[in-house]
Parts: sequence; C-alpha cells; structure tokens
Amino acid sequence: MQDTVDVLIIGAGASGAAVAWSLAETRMRIVCLEQGEWPNPARYPSTGMDWEARAMTEFGFNPNRRANSADYPINEDNSPIKIANYNGVGGGTVLYAGHFPRFHPSDFRVRSLDGVADDWPIDYATLAPYYGENDRMMGISGLAGDPAYPPKMPMMPPVPLGKAGTKLAKAFNALGWHWWPSDSAVATTDYDGRAKCINLGHCLHGCAQGAKASTDVTYWPHAIRAGVELRTRCRVREIATDGQGRASGVVYYDRDGKECFQAAEVVILACNGIGTPRILLNSTSARFPNGLANTSGLVGKNLMFHPYAAINGIFEEPLDGHRGPSNCIWSQEFYETDPKRDFVRGYTFEISRGRGPLVTALTGMSTGRIPWGEDHHRAFRRMFDRITSMVAICEDLPEMHNTVTLDPVLKDAHGIPAPKLDYTLSENSRRMLNHGIERGTEVMKAAGAYDVITQAPIEFGGWHLMGTARMGTDPDRSVVNEWGRSHDVKNLFIVDGSLFVTSAGVNPTSTIQALALYVADNIKKRLANLFD
Amino acid sequence: MTDQIAKDHPLSPDAREQLRIVAGIMIPASEEFGVPGADDEHIFGDMLRTLVPIAAMVSAALAAIGPLEPLDQAARCAACERFQASAPTMAAVLVALVAQCYYRDARVMRALGMEPRPPFPKGFEVEQGDWSLLDRVRARPKLYRDAP
Repeated sequence: MQDTVDVLIIGAGASGAAVAWSLAETRMRIVCLEQGEWPNPARYPSTGMDWEARAMTEFGFNPNRRANSADYPINEDNSPIKIANYNGVGGGTVLYAGHFPRFHPSDFRVRSLDGVADDWPIDYATLAPYYGENDRMMGISGLAGDPAYPPKMPMMPPVPLGKAGTKLAKAFNALGWHWWPSDSAVATTDYDGRAKCINLGHCLHGCAQGAKASTDVTYWPHAIRAGVELRTRCRVREIATDGQGRASGVVYYDRDGKECFQAAEVVILACNGIGTPRILLNSTSARFPNGLANTSGLVGKNLMFHPYAAINGIFEEPLDGHRGPSNCIWSQEFYETDPKRDFVRGYTFEISRGRGPLVTALTGMSTGRIPWGEDHHRAFRRMFDRITSMVAICEDLPEMHNTVTLDPVLKDAHGIPAPKLDYTLSENSRRMLNHGIERGTEVMKAAGAYDVITQAPIEFGGWHLMGTARMGTDPDRSVVNEWGRSHDVKNLFIVDGSLFVTSAGVNPTSTIQALALYVADNIKKRLANLFD
Repeated sequence: MTDQIAKDHPLSPDAREQLRIVAGIMIPASEEFGVPGADDEHIFGDMLRTLVPIAAMVSAALAAIGPLEPLDQAARCAACERFQASAPTMAAVLVALVAQCYYRDARVMRALGMEPRPPFPKGFEVEQGDWSLLDRVRARPKLYRDAP
C-alpha cells in the first residue's frame, strides 16, 4: 500500500502524456504507471547498418511478432487487420509516421449529415482550441490555407515535397484533385528542444534525431518538470473499487513482478482502444460483474480501425527512395460523403515516399517482380529508388459485433487475461478500399508509374484503435459522458481512442490528444464538484 | 566464420553448406553490376550470425528443398524453383534472411550508389520542391462541409 495520490494515470502514450501535462498545473499529486520503458533513441534502428531489418523485429509494429518484454499478447486470429502498437513511454507515437490531421467538422455529425452511426456529443468548435494547444505542444509542421479544413496555423514550414511529392502533386493537379502538404509531427526547424528533421526516412520505427514528436520528447519532459511522477515497468492488472462504487486505486505489477496497490482519488485510463477495455473488463467485482464502467454493455464494443489500402507506383526514374520523412502530401478529394459513390463517408490519400534496398528487394521478390538468379540484379535496379507509395486511410464505421473481449486462455507474462479481437471488415469499408485502389492507381498512372502494386486491407495496419468505450450523453448508449467521465464510476476517466464515437478518415493522434486536453480542462474547471 | 561460431552454430555443417548454395542461387555474383553474390564469405558470415534466433525455421526451409550438394547447377536451380512454388512461406524465410544480409553489405551498397552507412546521424538531402504547384489548389472553394 502506498500513499494515496490525487490522480493516477494508466499509460504514458499520446493521451496519457497530454492529460498529465495539462493537469500538472493544478499541483495535485499525479502519478502515471507505464508498462514499458523509456525508449532509448540511440537504439533506434536508423543508428545501425541493420536499420531495415530491425524495423521488422524489435521495432516492428505488431506486439505478437515483436514480443518485447513490455508487450502483452493479443489474440487477433479473428481479425483481418492485425494490431500495431508500442508499449513504452510515448506509446504509439514512438512508432507512428507523425501524420497529424485534424478531424473535419462533419466527422462529429455523421448521423445528422449522412444518416449513419452516431453524432459525437461535442463538435469541432469545442475541440478547436485544444487542437491548437496540442499543435503547439507537439510542434506541428504544415502550411496554412488548406481548402479541405477550417483555418488553422501550423508552427513550422511543411516537410519537403521531394521528387516523389512533386511527381504526385503534378498528377493530382492534372486530375483536378485536391492535395496539400501533410500536417506533420516532424519538426522542420529546431523546436522546443528538438532538432530539425534530417530526412532519416525512418519515422515509423523511432526518430533517432528526435525531430518527430513522440510524447517522450514533447509532453513528458514538461510534465515531469511540473511535478508529475512517471513510473515505468508497472503493468496494471485492474482498477479496484470501494464500497461506494468509486475507483479506489489500481493493482499493478512493478518491474520486479511484485504485486502492488496504488490508491488514488481519480483514475484516468490512457491505454488505447485495446488496452483500456482490457483493463475495464479485467476489473470485475460483485458490484461490477461484467467489468468496470460497463453498465451499458458497451465496453469493448464498436472496435474501429482504419482499413488501409496501399498503392505503390514504380517509376522509370529515381525518386527519393528511403530518404525523407514518412509524411509528404495528402489528398482529401474523396473525404466527404458523395451520394454518387457506392459507400458513405470517405478517406484520405497520404503519400509516404519510398523504401530502402531491403524492403525493395522483399517487395519485388514477394510479388514475383524480382526473381532469384541471374536476372535478380537487373530487376532489382528497375525498382530500387523508383517506388513511391501512398495509402488510402478509410473511415471505419462502428459496429457492435466488432469487439475486444478477454481471451479465456491467453495471458500475459503476469498472468493477466489478454485481449481477444473479433473484427469483420464491413461492406462499406470494402467498397471504400476498392475506390481508393482504383483512384490511387489512377493517380500513380497519371504521375508516370509503369507498374502499380496494391494491397487492401493492409494486414499489419491496425495502428488506430478506437471506439471501445465511447463518449455520449446517454448512459445506455455510451461508457463515458461528454467530458470523459465514466457514467458509472464518478472518479474514473478515459482519454484515449476508446472514446471515439466514429473514426473519421484520418489518423487519430491529433484528435486523441485534443480530447485528452479537453477532458483535463473539464476536470480542472470542475474540481470543486468533480464527482457530483 | 570463426571456429567458435562453427562449433556452436545451431545449423549443422550440411545445412550451412545448403544455405550457402541457396544464397548463391538466389542472388549470384555479377560482373556486369560489380557485386558479390550472397554466398560471398563476408555476407554469408553475417547470415550465419543473423539467423541464430530463427535457426529452426531456416533449417526447416532448407530441409524442404532437399539435398542440393550432389546436384549440378541446373538441377539445383530447378529444385529451388520447385521449392519457391510449393513452399512460399518457407521461401520467404530464406529470402528475408539472405536479402537483409546482402543489401547491407558495403560493397553492394556502394554499387547501388549508396554511402555504406546508417541513416543517422548524417541524414539525407531531400529537395524542397516547388510550392507554386499549390496555386491551383489554393484557388478551389472550400471542400469541407459545415456541420450543424
């Protein structure tokens, strides 16, 4: 038993860092428990000659394959999309590309505008100031004036177009389609202690330069200076409750495997759309036999990914290859619902540049384009430095049958039941993916690609984990209220992607963090009567 | 390969020889492109060190090909072709191993016009591009919908 803390945050990733920093100004005693370690940038793959290979092993996306000691297993056999995450300080921001789009105003009103899913209990205008604050804390590059968005002001100039971006920008122009430099969490100038990007081309596997805004180098140094305590290698098993049905603290295992209890006045979950329902479902008691905060039965329901389509063009001339940030330009030509299409909602194209020699070889050899034997070298040179890639990131609509539950057999190293996914790709998503492949191929051909390789969905592309503890004003149809507090447990809050009512067709980190700041602000404003 | 590696290595001597033959068939040396084959001593040594954590999978894949040593070159290539067609998952294990060691060899990287170094700390140059390409997009009306 340790002294009671005022606020206990579980998870030190995108949202946990943001909420910790924001609440630090209250001078409350705040502790964050993180199951992983601080990442060591000197160990990131781009520092060694085996940079491409290590990106597929210890710095790979999938926790089941990576199987680091901080990872927990996930039964994903019944999902065509496999999980991508990172367990450590910074969470998923350590291994994300750094695309930093906001939601559109229409994303908060999908029922009202398009007759599907549900509206959010908040709107774009509510989140706008928190998007701005988060942009400043994370340090966002981009260019003002995008006609696809309400006005916003990036902190730094955009990432470079490069040869690939120039070629595709011209193609988008030729087709009369929208494009714009991506809002990017990659610093293009020195910013808040971060050195500017030097085009390592390895954003997705940890930025050794520190130019990419992972929260271990953005929010956390500020939060810790402001007094927040961050304990690493502490894996939470469950949230305990008292006789009044309030959260009393958490049971966790420390780095030595010792079971500990940390009492807290307020508990905040920031463990992503898989980890958060896992902890809630593991937190059963006589009062909460179906898991904590689960009177609605919606904990773990409505799991959303973003199904991705990959479109890779091969060109005659050398482009940027593996050089340059993973962000470049995007297109939202097909973002808003168009009744002429055979699907509702839409997607974003994101151009992600090329790949290094090993991934080029594996791409070519796995698709029959680079043979074994004498012709290997000639075929390899037809592809090396000549591939540029883009993805269509598709909005996934919530469906009750897409779930996170507890696996009856699988457990992590501490014996805690592991999450089990059941997920089916919807017909709407399939149509959207097909549209993305067709239009994406059209862009690549317009840009001069002589060959196009496509894949949909990207199997190991479950980067975005959303919807499994959604927010709303109706306790029967949501897990938390419109400012992130559990309907059932008045001192329990959620700030991660679990909150999402719908997924939009963009990367979620910017919105996850804006929501975390918004929830933190609501806590601060209501401190006198927070539990009423 | 040092004697110590040879002694403690999880692959048997026959399996190591088999792997070297497969590597040379997969990526042979080329005078035209000025590169060694994947069966080059230095690259093969890297391969033997790299494969240790996946030695069981590599052994299984090599066994699935059948013995190559007694065969002539044409028969070896034919056996490898049959293996690729009949056991693509196992073939992918060998491809990943051979390709990762081959394409980080300094001689191979130089032949591709690369500096033989990791990306960090020197980084790379990427051209900024011509932002006037955006003029046409800037002229468009707003694309986003207002929400009630």
